[in-house]
Amino acid sequence: MAFLRAKRTMAAHAPLVIRKSGVLSVLASAALLAGCNTVLMKPSGDVAAQQGHLIVVSTVLMLLIIVPVIVLTFFFAWRYRHSNANAAAHYQPDWDHSLQLELVIWAAPLLIIIALGALAWISTHTLDPYRPIGRLDARRPFAANVKPLVVDVVALDWKWLFIYPEQGIATVNELAAPVDVPIEFRITAESVMNSFFIPALAGQIYAMPGMETQLHAVINRAGSFRGFSANYSGAGFSGMHFLFHGMSAADFDAWVAGARATGGALDRAAYRTLAAPSADEPVHRYATVESGLYDAIVERCLAPGQMCMRETMSRNGGEPMAMLPASAPSTAATPAPAAVRRE
Amino acid sequence: MLSQPEFLRLLFGRLTLDSIPYHEPILVATFAGVALGGMAVLAALTYFRLWGPLWRDWITSIDHKKIGVMYIVLGVIMLLRGFSDALMMRVQQAVSFGDAVGFFPPHHYDQLFSVHGVIMIFFVAMPFVTGLMNFVVPLQIGARDVAFPFLNNFSFWMTAGGAGLVMVSLFVGEFARTGWLAYPPLSGLAASPDVGVDYYIWSLQVAGVGTMLSGVNLIATIVKMRAPGMTMMRMPIFTWTALCTNALIVVAFPVLTAVLALLSLDRYVGTHFFTNDLGGNAMMYINLIWIWGHPEVYILILPIFGVFSEVVSTFSGKRLFGYASMVYATVVITILSYLVWLHHFFTMGSGASVNSFFGITTMIISIPTGAKIFNWLFTMYRGRIRFELPMLWTMGFMITFVIGGMTGVLLAVPPADFVLHNSLFLVAHFHNVIIGGVVFGAMAGITFWFPKAFGYRLDAFWGKCSFWFWLVGFYFAFMPLYVLGLMGVTRRLSHFDDPGLQIWFRLAAFGAALIALGIGSFIVQLVVSFLRREALRDITGDPWNGRTLEWSTASPPPAYNFAFTPVVHDNDAWSDMKRRGYSRPLDGFIPIHMPKNTAAGFVLAMLSTVCGFALIWHMWPLAAMSFAALIVSSIVHTFNYARDFHVPAEEVARTESARTLLLAGHV
Repeated sequence: MAFLRAKRTMAAHAPLVIRKSGVLSVLASAALLAGCNTVLMKPSGDVAAQQGHLIVVSTVLMLLIIVPVIVLTFFFAWRYRHSNANAAAHYQPDWDHSLQLELVIWAAPLLIIIALGALAWISTHTLDPYRPIGRLDARRPFAANVKPLVVDVVALDWKWLFIYPEQGIATVNELAAPVDVPIEFRITAESVMNSFFIPALAGQIYAMPGMETQLHAVINRAGSFRGFSANYSGAGFSGMHFLFHGMSAADFDAWVAGARATGGALDRAAYRTLAAPSADEPVHRYATVESGLYDAIVERCLAPGQMCMRETMSRNGGEPMAMLPASAPSTAATPAPAAVRRE
Repeated sequence: MLSQPEFLRLLFGRLTLDSIPYHEPILVATFAGVALGGMAVLAALTYFRLWGPLWRDWITSIDHKKIGVMYIVLGVIMLLRGFSDALMMRVQQAVSFGDAVGFFPPHHYDQLFSVHGVIMIFFVAMPFVTGLMNFVVPLQIGARDVAFPFLNNFSFWMTAGGAGLVMVSLFVGEFARTGWLAYPPLSGLAASPDVGVDYYIWSLQVAGVGTMLSGVNLIATIVKMRAPGMTMMRMPIFTWTALCTNALIVVAFPVLTAVLALLSLDRYVGTHFFTNDLGGNAMMYINLIWIWGHPEVYILILPIFGVFSEVVSTFSGKRLFGYASMVYATVVITILSYLVWLHHFFTMGSGASVNSFFGITTMIISIPTGAKIFNWLFTMYRGRIRFELPMLWTMGFMITFVIGGMTGVLLAVPPADFVLHNSLFLVAHFHNVIIGGVVFGAMAGITFWFPKAFGYRLDAFWGKCSFWFWLVGFYFAFMPLYVLGLMGVTRRLSHFDDPGLQIWFRLAAFGAALIALGIGSFIVQLVVSFLRREALRDITGDPWNGRTLEWSTASPPPAYNFAFTPVVHDNDAWSDMKRRGYSRPLDGFIPIHMPKNTAAGFVLAMLSTVCGFALIWHMWPLAAMSFAALIVSSIVHTFNYARDFHVPAEEVARTESARTLLLAGHV
């Protein structure tokens, strides 16, 4: 632990390195990137902000070795060119070994990788998408009494279905959430693999049929952000995007009420119609959602008489319960083993 | 009796006239071009009476040098095809904004990026690397051929057969619309019922057999056929990297064959390995394909590292710095390349500890790789560097590759990968290492060993044009993609809404145009060099003041490579021989035992290709017949006892004294 903590300090100091070394190229590229809308560097959700920060810190750590290598390459190429008579005096055709140099050659990258590896270990655990949000942002801790918003996400050919189990509504190609409230996504797909990604909010996670993945995130600013599938899924893939709206709590309630007032009912039959392949699907909403629909999608037993995966697995002599996460909410479906994980 | 439609269906399977895409003007124009070009080539072959020599000296040749050259030619031809796909993608992404839909509907565009990836990896990069190894390794270790010369010819034609199937898919049917790794469920029967994925499967299966056998062949060659005195730690570094790469091939390619076989079972006989229902699991495919796929990356880059080592040492006029640490670095990379595959899908829901493990093993690979870069740097240190073409490519590599390496390590940090995965940042990263590494290295290797293969150097002016167009073109084409990745743009999109992105795609398209000029300059360079071959002639066999054994023999080498097997006393064997005043033996020649040409490899490979084609289209009778013919031919071939012959001592003496005269005339 002491080791890890030491590395944590190192990571925390890394931004200082930027200022100290003042590497021109970093500043230049930072200036260049500031000019365009690099959402990964300026996101609006805390998880994505930490991921963006990690990109900067890792890059700076690596530049510590990359910049000298590039400079040395140019320098040696120039200094030891064949036509340089001064350098010809130092020509040493048989010099091919130096223990000190070899030590440096192996140790320098090793040190960088130890630092980066520690940073990776810690950040992978703290930013694990399955881990509930621990804070609202860098300054504000997460109040224990705030109830997270649960959204069930289904990737269809080629549109996104969002089911709000607590609100009892569903939307297609439109997602909304109140600002500063943790969101708990449970994600699956109907036919092929997709990847659920809202760059301004948090990193992506795959949406896979017959499996459930999870993502925890929080949006810190009101606004409309782009979300899309980040894994090619067929002909309608380019049009498979949606807007994610961060809203005040009051606006969110109004939005939910709007869906309840105008939308139709999402039952199994309506879902079947919706699931048929279509491209560039416009936004639409459902006022009610048949209970158990999402679980049936994950379990792949929508059609009457179709055996759910949980049942198939127990009949096959498997022990699906043993693969369930210990803390799985009772409403959660039993995903296929691969996507389920947990210490 | 069968009615006529039923009979046709039995014979032709799914293949009907509707499978020919004559309604797509782009394809029809391409076909017209290919047909005209093909007819011109055939006419020229006939007019110049080259069919006989082509058959005797090339197609049936088991000479490792000729097979090496044929691999490179295959790579160049497929590069032209793969690159035209790349140009079309760059054009589409540069124009398809808002109301404009561009030139390619998703049905066509999705084939473009799938076939581009497949061609560039399997039929450009692999032939380049295999070709270089085939040509150089036996010469470097003082051998007269590879361990299994017939197998070598068979391997090449299997690779060419696989490439042929991909080319056929352009005009008969269509290619996969799944991306280059054909992830299920998208590549399963439910989502891709047509022939595209079957073309993918069978072209890779046919070519994969070739690659696998060529791996076995080169391992046996390196382990068993080194010249006396060449201990493992005296092997040239390129041979070391070739050994490691072929070990990777032999372990990795059976995994690819197995996973594609499972996918074909799903598609052909209704099993459920990777389907959504009935217990299938697509993640199994994704794990397996990357257990092959990640070592594959090192299969490509390791021999290229070997090329750079030879080039840096030769053109700096110095021994390679840190030979031992270079060897250990190569071996470490070989082993580690098996422990990193999961970094291709951090975002697929593995636990934080699993992701961290694979992230950190990935980062660890950068340590030996970094050591290699430093070794090249210190080889240049206190050298006398001649910036000939191979060295220019190497310099371009050293600068470009470290940038690609850095972004690669960045992608290995799992939380960073969550936002960068599948983005154009990733696309920029792997083109950065594959173009900056493999392509630049292949170009360095081709220009370095070209005089050895053909007896004249490549023209420097057009070579420099090619180098600078490639280098500048690369930065224009892929730096914008890094930026787009940071802007949250994902890969494989054929249409965009945000006009703010367009300028970056236009820059990238401009870069691709520059690269086109680079490829064009390379072709012009080949033609100009051929025309000026007398001026560029390499009489000595050692045009660069080389250091390893291949430079001790004539350019081009005689079929038997070395009249007497050299004896090795040092790492840089030829340098050492030159220093100690080596003189060529002028008499005392003895007959040389050599393998004999055979058509068996070509016949077997073509039968495999026909079998693959028949399976793609469900032409069951043809598939059964070609498979039976395949088995019968291989059995018949085992009864061919006329497999070797002796080059008579007089002929060796004649060849060698001709060279003596040439050398005397030169001095």
